[in-house]
Amino acid sequence: MNLETDYLGLKLKNPLMPGASPLADDLATIRRLEDAGAGAIVMHSLFEEQINLERLAVERDVESHTESFAEATTFFPNEEDFEETCEEYLSLVGKIKETVSVPVIASLNGITPGGWTSYAKLIQEAGADALELNYYDLPSDPTKTGADVEARALDLVKAIRKEVTLPIAVKLSPFFSSLPNFVSELKNAGANGVIVFNRFYQPNINIEDLDTDSVLELSTSAELRLRLRWLAVLSAQIEGISYGVTGGVHTAADAIRAIMAGANGVQLVSALLQNGADYLGTVLTDLTKWLEEHEYDSLAQMTGTMNLKHCPDATAFERGNYLRILKSWQP
Amino acid sequence: MSVNLEPSSSVRSQKVSTLDANEAVASVAYRLSETIAIYPITPSSPMAESCDEWSAKARPNLWGAVPSLVEMQSEAGAAGAVHGMLNQGALTTTFTASQGLLLMIPNMYKIAGELLPYCFHVTARALATHALSIFGDHSDVMACRQTGFAMIASNSVQEAQDIALVAHAATFETRVPFMHFFDGFRTSHEVAKFHPLEDDVLRAMIDEEAIHAFRSRSLTPDRPTIRGTAQNPDVYFQAREACNPFYDAVPAKVQALFDKFAALTGRQYHIYEYSGHPEADRLVVAIGSGAETAEETAHWLNEQGQKVGVLKVRLYRPFDVAAFVKAIPATVKSIAVLDRTKEPGSLGEPLYLDVVTALVEARSRGISNFEVEPIVIGGRYGLGSKEFDPAMAKAVFDELTKEQPKNHFTIGIYEDLTHSSLEWDHTFDLEAPDVHRAVFFGLGADGTVGANKNSIKIIGGETPNFAQGYFVYDSKKSGAMTISHLRFGPRPIAAHYLIKSAQFVACHQATFVEKFDVLAYAAPKGTFLLNTPHSAETIWDHLPLEVQKQIVAKELKFYVIDASAVARAAGTGGRTNTIMQTCFFAISGILPREEAIEQIKKSIRKTYGRKGEDVVQKNFIAVDQALGGLFEVSVPKDKLNGHHRPPTVPDAAPDFVKTVTATIMDGKGDLLPSSAFLPDGTWPVGTTKWEKRNIADRLPVWDSSICIQCNKCAFVCPHAAIRSKHYDSSLLESAPEGFKSVKFRGVEGQSFTIQVAPEDCTGCTLCSQVCPAKSKADPSHKALTMEFIPEREKEIAQYDYFLNTLPLPSRTEIKADVKTSQFAEPLFEYSGACTGCGETPYIKLLTQLFGDRLVVANATGCSSIYGGNLPTTPYTTDANGRGPAWSNSLFEDNAEYGLGFRWAIDKQQDIARQLITKLAPQIGDTLVTDLLNGNARDEASIAAQRERVAALKAKIAGIEGLDARRLEDVADYLVRKSTWILGGDGWGYDIGYGGVDHVLASGADVNILILDTEVYSNTGGQASKSTPFGATAKFAVAGKHSPKKDIGMMAISYGNIYVGRVAFGAKDAQTVKVFEEAESYAGPSLIIAYSHCIAHGYALSRGLDQQRLAVDTGIWPLYRFDPRRTAEGLPALQIDSAAPKAKVGEYLRNELRFRTKPENVAGFEAYAQDLVEKRLAVLQKLAEGK
Repeated sequence: MNLETDYLGLKLKNPLMPGASPLADDLATIRRLEDAGAGAIVMHSLFEEQINLERLAVERDVESHTESFAEATTFFPNEEDFEETCEEYLSLVGKIKETVSVPVIASLNGITPGGWTSYAKLIQEAGADALELNYYDLPSDPTKTGADVEARALDLVKAIRKEVTLPIAVKLSPFFSSLPNFVSELKNAGANGVIVFNRFYQPNINIEDLDTDSVLELSTSAELRLRLRWLAVLSAQIEGISYGVTGGVHTAADAIRAIMAGANGVQLVSALLQNGADYLGTVLTDLTKWLEEHEYDSLAQMTGTMNLKHCPDATAFERGNYLRILKSWQP
Repeated sequence: MSVNLEPSSSVRSQKVSTLDANEAVASVAYRLSETIAIYPITPSSPMAESCDEWSAKARPNLWGAVPSLVEMQSEAGAAGAVHGMLNQGALTTTFTASQGLLLMIPNMYKIAGELLPYCFHVTARALATHALSIFGDHSDVMACRQTGFAMIASNSVQEAQDIALVAHAATFETRVPFMHFFDGFRTSHEVAKFHPLEDDVLRAMIDEEAIHAFRSRSLTPDRPTIRGTAQNPDVYFQAREACNPFYDAVPAKVQALFDKFAALTGRQYHIYEYSGHPEADRLVVAIGSGAETAEETAHWLNEQGQKVGVLKVRLYRPFDVAAFVKAIPATVKSIAVLDRTKEPGSLGEPLYLDVVTALVEARSRGISNFEVEPIVIGGRYGLGSKEFDPAMAKAVFDELTKEQPKNHFTIGIYEDLTHSSLEWDHTFDLEAPDVHRAVFFGLGADGTVGANKNSIKIIGGETPNFAQGYFVYDSKKSGAMTISHLRFGPRPIAAHYLIKSAQFVACHQATFVEKFDVLAYAAPKGTFLLNTPHSAETIWDHLPLEVQKQIVAKELKFYVIDASAVARAAGTGGRTNTIMQTCFFAISGILPREEAIEQIKKSIRKTYGRKGEDVVQKNFIAVDQALGGLFEVSVPKDKLNGHHRPPTVPDAAPDFVKTVTATIMDGKGDLLPSSAFLPDGTWPVGTTKWEKRNIADRLPVWDSSICIQCNKCAFVCPHAAIRSKHYDSSLLESAPEGFKSVKFRGVEGQSFTIQVAPEDCTGCTLCSQVCPAKSKADPSHKALTMEFIPEREKEIAQYDYFLNTLPLPSRTEIKADVKTSQFAEPLFEYSGACTGCGETPYIKLLTQLFGDRLVVANATGCSSIYGGNLPTTPYTTDANGRGPAWSNSLFEDNAEYGLGFRWAIDKQQDIARQLITKLAPQIGDTLVTDLLNGNARDEASIAAQRERVAALKAKIAGIEGLDARRLEDVADYLVRKSTWILGGDGWGYDIGYGGVDHVLASGADVNILILDTEVYSNTGGQASKSTPFGATAKFAVAGKHSPKKDIGMMAISYGNIYVGRVAFGAKDAQTVKVFEEAESYAGPSLIIAYSHCIAHGYALSRGLDQQRLAVDTGIWPLYRFDPRRTAEGLPALQIDSAAPKAKVGEYLRNELRFRTKPENVAGFEAYAQDLVEKRLAVLQKLAEGK
């Protein structure tokens, strides 16, 4: 079965890949993912804050103690002997490239244009094949409009576009007032694809300590529906860019649905964290088997077949669907 | 103001470098070595650190091999390793000073006895006698003159580098091992422009044949020989004399190498180098940087028509009488020999004795050619880096004009007990008019010294001028003041002493003008630059009168800048160093303004380039905007309206504090005479309370309405600057305005207060971090929050009331828990430890629990520095005048020292018990029986015993006879004394481990507390055996490759030792319990205390979180091994921490020390995790009694 897919201009042998997560931090796991058949490797995100804060932290925590006491004018060997997280990331890009033959997609997470975007170039120089930009913006400023938020994202994509020739995929949250318009603007700004949707690590409230707890809750297949709807809407209307899906793909059936809705790349995280890296192979085998059983010529034949343009009941993805579901619950 | 610095043509033609002597010497030693054994000791450590870094970066030596380094457990260990390396034919070196050098002496005899070619480098430093001193003199090197090592000295950065090479070359040619030394700090840490030695010069100087011969003598089974035999009376003596020809040949060979070096470089040295009038009538003989000062002074005196000279002794051992007398003009009639050491009770100091002997011997050998036999006097100068300047040198020359000059004199101090000191003219100065001098006052953390080192490099590297920098630091680790002394001029700078009169004085911290006489350094018509939030228009009215007067009297040009505002606007954070640096260049005109800015930017790019372009750009903006914020103040000459600078200490301070301590605090300790001090190094305690440093910007503010009265804030405070009390509510009637209190939980009629010491708090925020009490309505608000306090005066009054009016609880109320322990008075307060120090909370707790009966033996290190560094010390007394008796002996001997305390205390108690038994008929049987039985350790028993001892003393006062008098001496020993042995991991795990082990094995009732920072913190973060696997430290640049030594498990293996492992930030209650159990255990106890430290590389305000993570990840399991439990059939070990909740990576990733390049330590996290799990499994089995 020909599972090839064109994702961000990269020819992948199949659309399955680990999503941005710590899975790709360990070279042994990466090897297992490739052996399981991953079409690409997506690295965890390097955060804007990491890049910016780390630069200042060394100065604050280390340099501020130097040259103030006769007995010891320094407390560390020379600074260059330390690995900043950013450098560690860049060196990991290179190591993953050496380890696997499939494309490697690096990831930057940030919201404001600034010096840190120069890391995109370094990531390109380190050998990444594409760059995911995780635009994780939580607008809390009441003076900022929705248009401001979108404009900031577009500026950011433009700034990174200036730095690199690499394909750029923007990983989005679902919380935009008009996603199709925004995605088409992203395309104009230089994005080669969008990924729907980021899952947020939402803090919980610790009622004993009056504090917040950061908890990681894995996704379920139920979360895929939101993605399916927007893949179907977007892929039908904005062409010339790739679509990735992340959040809720746990089985081959989930993957098939996403591809039918228009996904060119399918990312798995929770399923792999739960079942191990080799599980990607299980999904791939099931996917291949399903396509064979259903006598598809290729994966490409299936891609986008259930999007808004081709879907037999397009209203299912639009407002009509709501009414239908409500009715189904009537006693 | 502008200075015209004429370029020197000779400099232009040669390569130059601007470094300190440590780095310059290390570069030579490294290139000429194959193996290096090291151990940190100030001020030599930077040499070993440089070599370690070069080795880690695979920098080759002269022959293309990368030297390998090994850090040893002590200097004695390093010397042993060196001896082994040499016997295996490896080119070897090391670096040391002071006590470290003393520890090498036994091996120095061996190495010299075996004629092993070897050269090592010593930053000459004072020895610990009546006190420790990290500063420079020749006490250490002079203690080695009998070892058989050749001793060669250098006097400046250039010389230190050059003579290092000659010494290495000479040892190969002579087979006699060489000790090369230069003055600690004054030379080792002076940054100066010099001509670096290229490899080809090194190659030309080293005799490959001699190296071949050395290697061919190595110990190898391929052609075995035997060394280290034991010899009998028949041969030992004459065999010992067999080395004589080698020593005889040294002076000529060294001179030949000096001549060869001169041919290669143009720099000529002599083993005895005369400088001065060819027909001098007076001569000063000296070694080291002081000789340069004497030479500079001699030249000036000769210009005034006098006839004087200086003989610089470079080769001190072997001493060549003929060469020595030949170097002295025959016209000399009187000679002053200067020694930078003291040998109490001797006929004179070493160089003096040698000179006298040499002259007598020369005469008897007929090689003396003096017109008249000269008078020789000897004198001491410069001990512990005491200044030796031209005024003092002139006083020595002047003394020689007298008919009967004073022998065995001292110069540079006021020795008013035996009146040895010479007087000198304080106004005399020899600074050349074309040398530009600048003095900068900065705060340790503000980067002033770094920026000044950078300025020296810019001027030294980018202009034809010579440059020199020397940096003076104060004795505090937090809020410390730095004074930078910079000289720039067209000729090499020979002035190796502090600047007294600077054309440019900059004060980078506005508060300093309130405390120090910064303008004492300003030359008339000089420039004063002040960083202040006040504008050019308003600053005048905010200056102390003393400052205003000096500005007017000296006609200073006065500039101000609000550098913090410029930094904030530019987004560079709090550091103002590059802004102040830009202003210095702009005002001084040393470089054209544009060029200076370009150079500063170049160095910013070099420094910050790695941190990203935006950081660079922000700093560029700061530099560009600096001059926009710089304003000249129009000095109102007739308006002397300032306030008086406040007194250094309040009037309530004891006389000693007012006269001695305050003088030192003012920076005028040099003026104190010998009679001001007790002759045996004894000092009064409890003096930090008089040094109000006011270094915190923000203070903790207490919200009594939500406080849960847990006292955790007081517990974690490293400086005892936040305290709690409960007291009768009626006392509040006299409380000052704003004094806060709340009903004390659990006791009717009582109130409770948490009070900050506003002038002593360092603003570390630990109290606020640990505070568990949050407002229910607004959980972001805690019972303690850090806030800017506009009205400090009110807080000061409140603290005074809290401290002096509110009562302390009875000690019997103090229990082994967090809350009540913090009602006990801390007898360790306001130390100079780092802001947020992780060690001092343990010491404070120790004094709260047992302070009134505590004897502390403290190993050298951070805890001895913040515990005992002048001017003020933190151990104090309670209302009864009791408190910790504290002392520091050495680094290596502390466990033994403390054991000595215990042994002697127990013996004195034995004697007291014997005497009361003997005198029972007169004392009364009941009292005696009660006294003999009253040796329990709890507070109530101790209080009761104290009362009995008081009754006993009253009784024996009326008893006649020697026994009663002897009993009076020892009666207090009937009350139990608590002996604690404190130190860091460098001591406990490494240099002092042999002693620690022996003392633990002794069974003695002592408590050993290791404040474990996992590095040598005090000397700058070198790896110890406590350093964890993978952590980067100095001497483990590539990450430590062996696991942390499990000293707790080693002690547990004895079975009869109480062992506790604690981390106060993770589980404070367990910490208190361990301290209490250790104290109550009638045998040896060991506490290993996790201590967060600046050498870990993160903000110490997060120290408590990291402690929790250390415990939660299993990296630092908490446990108690109590042998008493075995009697009850229980396993001795109890684990007090829960099973790990997180992976070690979560802990490791927060600290810079664990962020070594991954290629250095492959799989480090996984290995660390595995290590933790294995160690926990062993503990678990022990705890289960398996």
